[in-house]
Amino acid sequence: MTSQHNGETPVISLRGIVKTYQMGDVEVRALRGVDIDVYSGEIIAIMGPSGSGKSTLMNIIGCLDVPTEGVYELDGKDVSRLKDDQLAAIRNHKIGFVFQSFNLLPRTTAVANVELPLIYGGVGGRQRRKRAEEALRLVGLGDRLDHKPNELSGGQQQRVAIARALVNEPSMILADEPTGNLDSKTSVEIMELFQRLNAERGITIVFVTHNPETADYCQRIVRIRDGLVESDTRQQATAGIYANSAPPASYNGHEPMMVKEVAK
Amino acid sequence: MKVIEALRIAMRALAANKLRSVLTMLGIIIGVGAVIALMSIGRGVEKYVTDQFAGLGSNLLFIAPGQISDGPPTLRANPVRSLTLADMHAIADRSLVPHVSAAAADFQTRVTVSRAGKTVTVQANATTPEYPRVRNWKTTVGSYFSELDSDERQRVVLLGADTYKDLFPNNEYPIDQIVQVNGMNFRVIGVMESKGGGPGGNLDRSIFMPLTTGQDRLFKQKTPNGEYRVTVIYASIDDSANIPLAQEEITQLMRERRGIKYLDQDDFSIISQNDLIAVFGDILGALTIFLGAIAAISLLVGGIGIMNIMLVSVTERTREIGLRKAVGAKRGDVLIQFLIEAMTLAAVGGMIGVALGWSLAQVVSTFFGEFQAVVGADAVITSLVVATAVGLFFGIFPAFRASRLNPIDALRYE
Repeated sequence: MTSQHNGETPVISLRGIVKTYQMGDVEVRALRGVDIDVYSGEIIAIMGPSGSGKSTLMNIIGCLDVPTEGVYELDGKDVSRLKDDQLAAIRNHKIGFVFQSFNLLPRTTAVANVELPLIYGGVGGRQRRKRAEEALRLVGLGDRLDHKPNELSGGQQQRVAIARALVNEPSMILADEPTGNLDSKTSVEIMELFQRLNAERGITIVFVTHNPETADYCQRIVRIRDGLVESDTRQQATAGIYANSAPPASYNGHEPMMVKEVAK
Repeated sequence: MKVIEALRIAMRALAANKLRSVLTMLGIIIGVGAVIALMSIGRGVEKYVTDQFAGLGSNLLFIAPGQISDGPPTLRANPVRSLTLADMHAIADRSLVPHVSAAAADFQTRVTVSRAGKTVTVQANATTPEYPRVRNWKTTVGSYFSELDSDERQRVVLLGADTYKDLFPNNEYPIDQIVQVNGMNFRVIGVMESKGGGPGGNLDRSIFMPLTTGQDRLFKQKTPNGEYRVTVIYASIDDSANIPLAQEEITQLMRERRGIKYLDQDDFSIISQNDLIAVFGDILGALTIFLGAIAAISLLVGGIGIMNIMLVSVTERTREIGLRKAVGAKRGDVLIQFLIEAMTLAAVGGMIGVALGWSLAQVVSTFFGEFQAVVGADAVITSLVVATAVGLFFGIFPAFRASRLNPIDALRYE
C-alpha cells in the first residue's frame, strides 16, 4: 500500500492503536490494535456497526482522545501522548470537524460560527472575517453570511459547519455521520460538496459512518469490527459527482480496484 | 485580544437571556444601589451637619440642663432644674471663669407669628443682647436689639431668614413693620443671615427677641423665685486650646451654684462643638457599619445567584463548550470565557445599581431639600470593583467546571 505513495508521509498514520476503558471492574478494549494510513487527498469512509470501536477510533483520529497504546502520527508528528491543551492546538490547526447535529452556536451568525476556530487560532478580526466569508462562499453560502442557524435549512446549516471545518485549512476534515440529520436529497448535495472539496481542492476527508450509502461516495472503505480493521478496500466512487462520468483512471496514483456500473 | 473576544461572547450570551440576566443581577443591583444611595445620603447629611457646626462658632460651649445621655428633655422621667439668667452672668464673669470671653442665654419656645393674614409657627429665641456676637451671627437688615432694648423690655423682634420670606413674600422692607407674636404686636428691627438648620432646629425658621421681653410679656416662665429661666447658655471661649479647661471651670462653677454634692452627678451638660461632631460621627459610624452589613449580605446573596445561574448556564451550554474545545479552545480559553461572563454579569449589575442608588439619592435629597446627596467617585469605583470581584469569586467554580469538561462527552451531551 505504502509503495503506491512513493514514500510520501501519510496525513494519518495509526500503528497498533489500542484503547481500553475502565468500566468499574471491567476493562473494555474498544480498539485492539488498529493500523491505518490515510494519505493526502484521499476520501475515505470508516464504517462499522455500533460497538465496533469506530467512535473511539474517530475520537483518536480527531485528537479528542489519546490511545492507551500505539502511535498516532498526524502529518508526521506523534500526537499520541499529548496533553489536553496541546491536543486542542492540534485540533485547531490540523482537523476540521463536521458533526451529525451540525453543532452550530445558536443565535450566532453563519460568519461568526465559521470564525470560531480562527478565534482560538489567534487570527485577528478583519483577517478572520475575510477568511470566514471565503469559506462560506466556497460552500455556496456567500449570500447567507449574516443568517443565524434558525434562519437556515438543515443542509445550509451543515454547509456552515463544513465552512467552519475548512476555514483553518486543516490537514483533514473528519465528518461524523454528516448526513445523519438530513433528508436524502440534501444528503446527496452535502456529499457532493465533500466530493468537490476533495476533487477540486485536494482536501483529505474522513467519514465515520454506519450508513452504506456514504461509502458509495468514497474511494476507500475501512471496515471496523470488534476493535480491529476487518477490511480496507479501495474502489471507484459511484455516487455523487462521479455517478455519470467516466471514472478517472488514476486519481490518487492508485488504480481503482473495481468499477461498478451505475444502474439508473 | 482573547479577553476582548471573551467579553463579546459574554455580552452575547447575557443578551440572549435578558430576563434571566437581569434577575440574576438583582442581588448585586440592590446591594450596590443601597450602598450608593445610603452612602451618598450619609455623606450629604454629614457635610450638611459639619457645615452647620462650623457655622456655630468654633470656640463655643453649650450649657444645657440635664444630662445628654438622659435623652431629650421631653422624655425625661424627672423634671430637670432649669438654668437661669443668673447662671449666664456667673459664667460670663471673668473673675469666676477666666477663659470665657462672652456668654449669652437663650430661652426657646414655639410661637405663632402673623402678619397681614399670614401665620407661621416658628421657634422663638428670647436671648440676651450678646447672642449674635457669641454665636458669630450677623444681620442682613437692621441690627440686633441693644442692651437698652433689653432693659426696657421693648417689643422688638428680629426674623430668621425663612421667617422673613414667609411673612414678607414680596420682599418688602421689614424694618418698623409690625408682626403679631402670639397675638402681641412686635416691631421688626432686623433680619438675621441665613444659617440653615443645626442642633436645636432650623434657626432660619425662628424669631429673636430680648429675653426680658419674652419672659415678662409673652411666656412668663420665670423660676419660682423670679429668675429668668433659660434653655441654653452659650459661652464663647477665648482660645480653642482652653476649651477643656473652660469646660472644667464652668462645671465647677455650675456644681457650686446648683449645690451638687461631691460624687453626685452633674444635672447639666457642657457640650463643645467637638463633642457634637464626635457624637454625630459615632452615629454615622454605626450607620456605616449597618450599611456595610446590608451590602455584604446582599452582595453575598447576589454572588450565590450568579454562581447558581452560571452553573445552569454551563450545563445548558455543554455542547457549546464541547464544540469550542473541538475546534481548538484550550482549558484556559473556556475558563476565561465563563469567568468574564460572571464578572460581566456582576459588573453590569453593579453599574445598574450605581445608577439606581444615584437616582434614589437625588430623589431623597430633592424630597428633603435640606441637604444635597454627594455621590462620591470613590464610592462608585469601590462598589463596581467589589461587585466585579464578587462575580469573579462566585464565577470561579462554574468556570472551572466548564473548563474541565471532556469534549467527547460534552459533544454527546443531550
